[in-house]
Amino acid sequence: MSAQSNIVPVAASDLLPKVRDLKSEGYRLGQICATKVSEGFEILYSFDKDHQLLNLKLTVAEEEEVQSITADFWSAFIYENEMHDLFGVKIKHIALDYGGHFFKVAQPTPWNPKK
Amino acid sequence: MGKRTIIPFGPQHPVLPEPIHLDLVIEDETVVEAIPSIGFIHRGLEKLVEKKEYTEMVYVIERICGICSFGHGWGYCAAVEGAMDVKVPERAEYLRTIWHEMSRIHSHLLWLGLLADGFGFESLFMHCWRVRETVLDLLEKTTGGRVIFSVCKVGGVRKDIDNETMKEIVDTLNGLKKEIKELTDVFLADRSVKNRLCGVGVLSKEEAMELGTVGPMARASGLRQDMRLTGDHGVYDQLDFEPVTAEEGDSYARCKVRIGEVFQSIELIEKAAVKIPDGPISVEVKGNVEGECVTRLEQPRGEAYYYAKGAGTKFLERMRVRTPTNQNIPALVKTLQGCDLADVPMLVLTIDPCISCTER
Repeated sequence: MSAQSNIVPVAASDLLPKVRDLKSEGYRLGQICATKVSEGFEILYSFDKDHQLLNLKLTVAEEEEVQSITADFWSAFIYENEMHDLFGVKIKHIALDYGGHFFKVAQPTPWNPKK
Repeated sequence: MGKRTIIPFGPQHPVLPEPIHLDLVIEDETVVEAIPSIGFIHRGLEKLVEKKEYTEMVYVIERICGICSFGHGWGYCAAVEGAMDVKVPERAEYLRTIWHEMSRIHSHLLWLGLLADGFGFESLFMHCWRVRETVLDLLEKTTGGRVIFSVCKVGGVRKDIDNETMKEIVDTLNGLKKEIKELTDVFLADRSVKNRLCGVGVLSKEEAMELGTVGPMARASGLRQDMRLTGDHGVYDQLDFEPVTAEEGDSYARCKVRIGEVFQSIELIEKAAVKIPDGPISVEVKGNVEGECVTRLEQPRGEAYYYAKGAGTKFLERMRVRTPTNQNIPALVKTLQGCDLADVPMLVLTIDPCISCTER
């Protein structure tokens, strides 16, 4: 049983250069997910290379905009639209931006409802 | 450039057991672009961690999907066990492996049936599902359920399989091999079937890598990628496991890989049944989850992610399941570009879409 998640914190300014490095090293994108925390959002980016898992954890304030990584990993559009629609994470420059219509939700950002 | 037309495909369509929508931009009969949209049956099950204790949550996670239910339960338990640093007894890991491989067999037989139905071979569809029933009977006999099993728990499993039943499982699956071979020979050799699959929806190895494709879809494009190789969960490292791969990257290769995996799963169960040690099937788990863990499991449709995060209370702060279909949608979009309109149903089927999983 492996409990080694290999989670590495990353600053917002370092995200894109780090992602670009991983891309050039041959990593593939596994998933992206958001978690609502008191500081705002924790965003977990998971990458894999030869079955080795690497996770980058980005913590951002709720109003802060996050850069899309679709320029390097196009398939990230699925997760970035999901985070936007369910949590209201602001992401700029998504390659395929559904503008809040990827998920058919009854209320805006249901997993982070506005008070 | 011909006149462009947009054809809506789904959410209701004869080849779609579950709803997904594609806007197909076509020129004459050729698809030039496909824009997917999902969310028709989004249930928000991950959000329920705020209301269900982490030990109860396994029942919810299993209900994400009626086909991969065992794997989801296992993946969730593995993430929680990882966050709590719980060591599961070896016998439990063997039992989890056996049930997981039985799930893979019935999932692939279900998919083969749906594929046959998709290209209009109704009798082949019926026979695939008839054979699948036998596997479901075995699952029912050992777990009590045919769809939802509820045998996985944090710390191990709830039920054991005695030696006599283990022998029955191996004998029954071995007996099925001949029947499965007769059916799969039709998929692999029949001219009318090959006409629908060969050379259709080719995804190169580079494209599969670039798009982060997972599971049989990736392996059919030549990627040796299978989370059973990580050695993190189950006992695959003791069963001489080597993934089934193909090089062609077309719909036929995807079919061939899944067929190979049906026989491989039977062999894995056979080996596990011989090697399974005596001993306890679970350990007592005390306390709450404090920490986080990301882990992965190879579901029948491919790599699935499970993330559990807790802050020391009986409720998790976050539970995340990233399912294989979710990850294969970009590859579907890619393979649809340039295909004939008539091939769209085949291509949608060859990623083995599980929208219930995707929608969680």
